[in-house]
Amino acid sequence: MTTQRTSGRRKQAMAAAAVVAALLTTAACGGGGNDNEGSKDGAAGFNAANNKVAQASLAKKGGTLKFAGAQDADSWDTTRGYYGFMWNFARYYSRQLVTNKTEPGAAGAEITPDLATSTAKISPDGKTYTYTLRDGITWEDGKPITSKDIKYGIERVWAQDVLSGGPVYLKDMLDPKGEYQGPYKDKSADKLGLKAIETPDDKTIVFKLPQANSDFEEVLALVSASPVRQDKDTKSKYGLRPFSSGPYKFESYDPGKSLTLVRNTEWKQDSDPVRKAYPDKITVNFFTNANDLDQRLIKGDFHLDINQTGMSPQGRTAALKQHKGNLDNPVSGYIRYAVFPQSVKPFDNIECRKAVIYGADHVSLQTARGGPVAGGDIGTNMLPPSVPGAEGQKYDPYELAGADKNGNVAKAKEALKACGQPNGFKTTIAVRNNKPAEVATAESLQASLKKVGITADIEQYDGSQTTGIIGSPANVKKKGFGIIIMGWGPDFPTVQGFGLPLWDSKYILDSGNSNYALINDKAIDGLFDSYVKELDDAKKTQIATDINHKVMEGGYYLPFVFEKFINWRSSDLANVYTTDGYSGMYDFINLGLKSPK
Amino acid sequence: MLAYLIRRLFAAAVMLVVIIVVVFGIFFLVPKWAGVDVATSFVGKQADPAAVEAVAQKLKLDEPIIVQVWEFFKGLFVGRTYAGGGDVTQCSAPCFGYSFRSEQAIWPVLTDRFPVTLALALGAAVLWLIFGVAAGVLSALKRGSIWDRGAMVVALGGVSLPIYFTGLLSLAIFSYGLGWIDAQYVPLEDSFTGWLGGMILPWITLAFLYAAMYARITRATMLEILGEDYIRTARAKGLKEQTVIGKHAMRSTMTPILTMLGMDLGALIGGAILTETTFSLPGLGQAVLQAIKNQDLPIILGVTLITSLAVLLANLLVDVLYAVIDPRVRLA
Repeated sequence: MTTQRTSGRRKQAMAAAAVVAALLTTAACGGGGNDNEGSKDGAAGFNAANNKVAQASLAKKGGTLKFAGAQDADSWDTTRGYYGFMWNFARYYSRQLVTNKTEPGAAGAEITPDLATSTAKISPDGKTYTYTLRDGITWEDGKPITSKDIKYGIERVWAQDVLSGGPVYLKDMLDPKGEYQGPYKDKSADKLGLKAIETPDDKTIVFKLPQANSDFEEVLALVSASPVRQDKDTKSKYGLRPFSSGPYKFESYDPGKSLTLVRNTEWKQDSDPVRKAYPDKITVNFFTNANDLDQRLIKGDFHLDINQTGMSPQGRTAALKQHKGNLDNPVSGYIRYAVFPQSVKPFDNIECRKAVIYGADHVSLQTARGGPVAGGDIGTNMLPPSVPGAEGQKYDPYELAGADKNGNVAKAKEALKACGQPNGFKTTIAVRNNKPAEVATAESLQASLKKVGITADIEQYDGSQTTGIIGSPANVKKKGFGIIIMGWGPDFPTVQGFGLPLWDSKYILDSGNSNYALINDKAIDGLFDSYVKELDDAKKTQIATDINHKVMEGGYYLPFVFEKFINWRSSDLANVYTTDGYSGMYDFINLGLKSPK
Repeated sequence: MLAYLIRRLFAAAVMLVVIIVVVFGIFFLVPKWAGVDVATSFVGKQADPAAVEAVAQKLKLDEPIIVQVWEFFKGLFVGRTYAGGGDVTQCSAPCFGYSFRSEQAIWPVLTDRFPVTLALALGAAVLWLIFGVAAGVLSALKRGSIWDRGAMVVALGGVSLPIYFTGLLSLAIFSYGLGWIDAQYVPLEDSFTGWLGGMILPWITLAFLYAAMYARITRATMLEILGEDYIRTARAKGLKEQTVIGKHAMRSTMTPILTMLGMDLGALIGGAILTETTFSLPGLGQAVLQAIKNQDLPIILGVTLITSLAVLLANLLVDVLYAVIDPRVRLA
């Protein structure tokens, strides 16, 4: 069991880091101004692109849009990628039947036609979705994109034995019994044997769902529903050079080093109502030193961070001080939280769970996440503000952001008495060792729980093995992880896209489990069942609210923050805005440059 | 000489086998003992059972470790075939496998990144040898002088300050602050001056640390040698001081320096992780760091093997060079 100690060596390292941070902060003070409302150097102003479009009219055609990042994509294969920024970026070289609207804020999470002429014609029972393809849609070699290419691209999701890693919602919705084996094991001549999708002609595609699912179109908007041409499918190697259906195509890719996209000359603007395709070229350079990356953004070597997960602490300090006009502070859509597996005693008792919720100092947890600006607002419930049905801080059943924001020792002790542990108990907090902010929240929680008599050891586990370690309920029980620190964001902005794997009992799995709390509540399962059948948006929103309430009433979670980021926006970027469609990131696809070069 | 070389090469080969077995053990057996499902960790957020099974099959996680090691060895010399789920990939020799993450073949990754690390190590070595040895010799010759004390204080600083400190400091001052150097790596084939600009700070940072160590060793060795009888004899014979120092004393001083150089270069070629990470240099050190984060075993194995080979070869070279520098050393 590992507990945190600050050794002499570590103190030295921390002191060294502090000195360097101070120097870097000073060194970065090279220009700009305190530009809340725009500045001489052309920055649009603090939060100018947060849920609104900044410098829309200034975007010009041409030039090279330069991304930098500390992390390469998990895969650039549209079937395999699962990182949020990959989904956002993949729209440069892939198109879908429908996609997210290219609008700021909540509107960006709405669906709009892309390859299809309109959104789906849905049968009254909600089980059949029919689309007609546009004219003039082509691959990068000029051949037309057909309904069969879309079907084949979707079928690849079934080939999990070769193409693992991506979301499998389509598989679950179209073939819940798992009858289809995927195109690589398909015995039919055309490898298009998936019965749930029909392609009566090259322009028509029909989806037949065994059970209605009102979020199906949201799932079709994910890049995993992109077309892939069979003769260009290099299977597990496809991510190294995807074949383009979008306005840009791969020129070169060196994993972990760089990626360059150039114009796909076969793409036609009039066939694409979504993409403006301003730059001529798009480059991505990967850095291992996050602070170096931030300094280069500030210096102007790059336009924006492809990862969109916020600046490093040093970069953030320098940027907030001197270049505030280049920053946006969006809500990321993620909730950072602690979850209590019910298999570990005494967390099978709701009162013991409540004791932790009441005993925690929520302001201290928020500070550990980076404070109200870089960390986010105190999380009061488990539905991200960007998801329909969310109530934000208005719904605060435990007064986490209200009267008890610094913790309530009396209430915690009362709860301990009610759970039969009046003198407290011992438990273990499991936290990923590669997430400093999560480790800081574990330490904060440890300190506040001590005040109510709960002794919590911290076990830092290998963050790269997260799925294998906390995704195995047997391992969690064996290790006695009573509190797990985690974060979660919506795959698509609905209660299903966020909460289904976390809260539905169907998703309690022996391995790869995400329902860490092991919630097995018929009422919650029933609400999800009603949700997927419901076609009326207002009713869906109400069900989402109800599910959130049920989860909070169960005391399975202690939310820390509704996460926020500080992201850098170059002064030369135009038509720039954050979108709920991609968890508060800038919408990459329509970024342009003011002075293309 | 030939028998000696054969013996050394055989020992090196045995060592390499041991290293591979140990690394395999660390990455596959230890998690298994800790109750971690390695295959699930590779698959990701929505771990489909078919995907977990396929990864286990692809990684041969259910096979005994000895079978896995044997497959790896076979791949190095005759290549191997990866098959799973209807996807068959032929990996020709020398096959170090495929990245679990990017599906890239490992051998091209190693050959692509090796020159960057080699350039970093050699460039820095030239600098630290020139400045480290010169400072050490001068300090020894002017023992107790301000020069000696000053040089040793600087050397102490160099030894004490970690690379991530001096690296970030040099970036903050020369790149972000003064803007004299654009420390962004540019491939040599794209631009010589750009490449030089990208390499100069990493060279200096790395050389600062090593030069300090070399200065201290050189000074100590030189002081010891200057007190030897044969130096006194040489002086007594009336040889010029230049000849005494340059020809006699330096030759003996170089023996431990060369030993250190061999080991240091070998280790650096294996991956100057901190320097490459600080300056975002796309070398072996950066590759192995990313691979460790991603649990990408084939890359870790490949780099470990290259590192081991480099260290072993460097040591072999040093042993051979001993005979040239010091006639007392005989290989028989």
